[in-house]
Amino acid sequence: MTETRIDRRFKACAQAGRPALVTFITAGDPDLKTSQAVLDALPAAGADVIELGMPFSDPMAEGVPIQLATQRALKAGQTMAKTLQMVRDFRKKDDDTPIVLMGYYNPIYVRDPKAFVREAKDAGVDGLIIVDIPPEADDELCIPALEAGINFIRLATPTTDDARLPAVLANTSGFVYYVSVTGITGSAIADTTRVASAVNRIKGHTSLPVAVGFGVKTADQAAEIGKDADGVVVGSVLVNAIRDSLDDAGFATDNTVSAVTTLVADLASGVARARRS
Amino acid sequence: MTTMANSIRTGPDERGHFGIFGGRYVAETLMPLILDLEQAYKDAKNDPAFAAEVENLNTHYTGRPSPLYFAERLTEHLGGAKIYFKRDELNHTGSHKINNCIGQILLAKRMGKTRIIAETGAGQHGVATATVCARFGLPCVVYMGATDVERQKPNVFRMKLLGAEIVPVTAGAGTLKDAMNEALRDWVTNVDNTYYLIGTAAGPHPYPELVRDFQSVIGKELREQIMAAEGRLPDAIVAAVGGGSNAIGMFHPFLDDKDVQIVGVEAGGRGLQGEEHCASLTAGKPGVLHGNRTYLLQDDDGQILEGHSISAGLDYPGIGPEHSWLKEIGRVNYVPIMDDEALNAFQMLTRVEGIIPALEPSHALAHVIKMAPTMDKDQIIVMNLCGRGDKDVFTVGGMLGFDL
Repeated sequence: MTETRIDRRFKACAQAGRPALVTFITAGDPDLKTSQAVLDALPAAGADVIELGMPFSDPMAEGVPIQLATQRALKAGQTMAKTLQMVRDFRKKDDDTPIVLMGYYNPIYVRDPKAFVREAKDAGVDGLIIVDIPPEADDELCIPALEAGINFIRLATPTTDDARLPAVLANTSGFVYYVSVTGITGSAIADTTRVASAVNRIKGHTSLPVAVGFGVKTADQAAEIGKDADGVVVGSVLVNAIRDSLDDAGFATDNTVSAVTTLVADLASGVARARRS
Repeated sequence: MTTMANSIRTGPDERGHFGIFGGRYVAETLMPLILDLEQAYKDAKNDPAFAAEVENLNTHYTGRPSPLYFAERLTEHLGGAKIYFKRDELNHTGSHKINNCIGQILLAKRMGKTRIIAETGAGQHGVATATVCARFGLPCVVYMGATDVERQKPNVFRMKLLGAEIVPVTAGAGTLKDAMNEALRDWVTNVDNTYYLIGTAAGPHPYPELVRDFQSVIGKELREQIMAAEGRLPDAIVAAVGGGSNAIGMFHPFLDDKDVQIVGVEAGGRGLQGEEHCASLTAGKPGVLHGNRTYLLQDDDGQILEGHSISAGLDYPGIGPEHSWLKEIGRVNYVPIMDDEALNAFQMLTRVEGIIPALEPSHALAHVIKMAPTMDKDQIIVMNLCGRGDKDVFTVGGMLGFDL
């Protein structure tokens, strides 16, 4: 596979001596127009890599914040076609910041995986994280994605032991996403010493960058995690910022975009100081 | 188990597939657990002591074998084929669900797990799980949709009496699918000590296989009982399908008997035109949810629909993967039955045979009521009467205009 935007971005961050800030938002939350505005504003606020959630009715691995974000997006009429269009519109202004689509398999399965990865590549998508498709089913989506030139990023978890890691890493590219806790998104952050040893354990098996997520909420945590990790993923806290900015009827306000960008800027200051001491 | 060269009873394959259906579509955190479970089940199957323990509890705790009952008055009333009921509603806890719970709790014990979680719709599986947890002294958490908590109050109280913690789930429509999502979230959080005791023949491999195996006691007993009663196999066997565990348990031992017609009855709800039904095989299409590929009720964008049924136990937008495969290969015929037809069947059985059935097998019965008069008097239908209706009297009372 040729070098992707993801490869280039992690390399650039490493050269700058800091981890990458990976930010998650749900596509279409709280509505398409606002979500596009948030997406477009993320790079300037300090996001290095963007994970864009594809809403699914049954987000089994998500905690309440992302469940609610998903419900807001679906209620506002978000579809896969609209999510891909968001990426196309983003690419008109930004050809460097990598976008990773994150979600569940069924909305891809019903569109036909091979057709989907071609369409996604064409829209400007760089990577996929699909929660519910393990390496045992690589032939269904992971291999077609790689063939289309899209990185397939796998989750490694505390239950992924050394015996299983090689299978998980076999077709992984772009980066490895280490889930710091056994649990759902937005859980409490794990003990950072244990996270550090897990990150270093994974690095013993791969030369890919390792990003850590699930539970990072503050700039200080981002700085702490970022000492060892090549990337720090934040999600639940960003969709909560969107939720808190809405009016009583659940609609976006003038503060919605800035609520996210302010927080991202703060988190970016955390990753920036991660390795200065 | 002996298998014929052309048997269709040999599935799933080693990756858990029945044709294209089944599989293991779960988050990475759960993969090692699922692989452990698969190994533990393989070991248990090869251990005669395990089989003996299951059989002992089936006999002395559940009360198996359940009787095969000739419904003489109903047969006369309908004027066609002879109708038999496999009386799994007489089991301890009032339904077939206990068959699976006994097998899985013994498996959980073998694996050294110390905490049990389950999802439930009608509450029958929740009650059966809470029962075996009480019997083996293990803590039990049951996830139940908030809507179902409301419409199945007697079962909620039974579970509490048995010492289970009930967690009402308000996400989505608050029914079985939402309860299953929440149970999966619990499992992924508590992987070290927790066993997820799934109630139906669905979910990631090896659940569809092991639930089927534990429920197959129904069909195995039935073969012996009908041979003793009639000297031959039935012309047709009929069961209700929600997730499909009672049905696959009844059907599986008969799959290779080409002369036995097999019918699965889905919840047609208020009709198949709109979204108010749960007929995933008749009106859905293949997709991936809750760990397996199977027929699902979904929209064109792959979002799962909520569905509707008068019966909480059938109120699920999916179906066990082996049923999806049996539909594809044409071995089993799946038909929908509407809410009102099930309600009429519920009343007919109560009046004619003095048996109050659960609303789930009332769907199967409604189809038997249609098919029996079209068959000859020397033909035989066996229906799985998989649950008793005590839990449903409030729902039925409401629909019939009684204030209980």
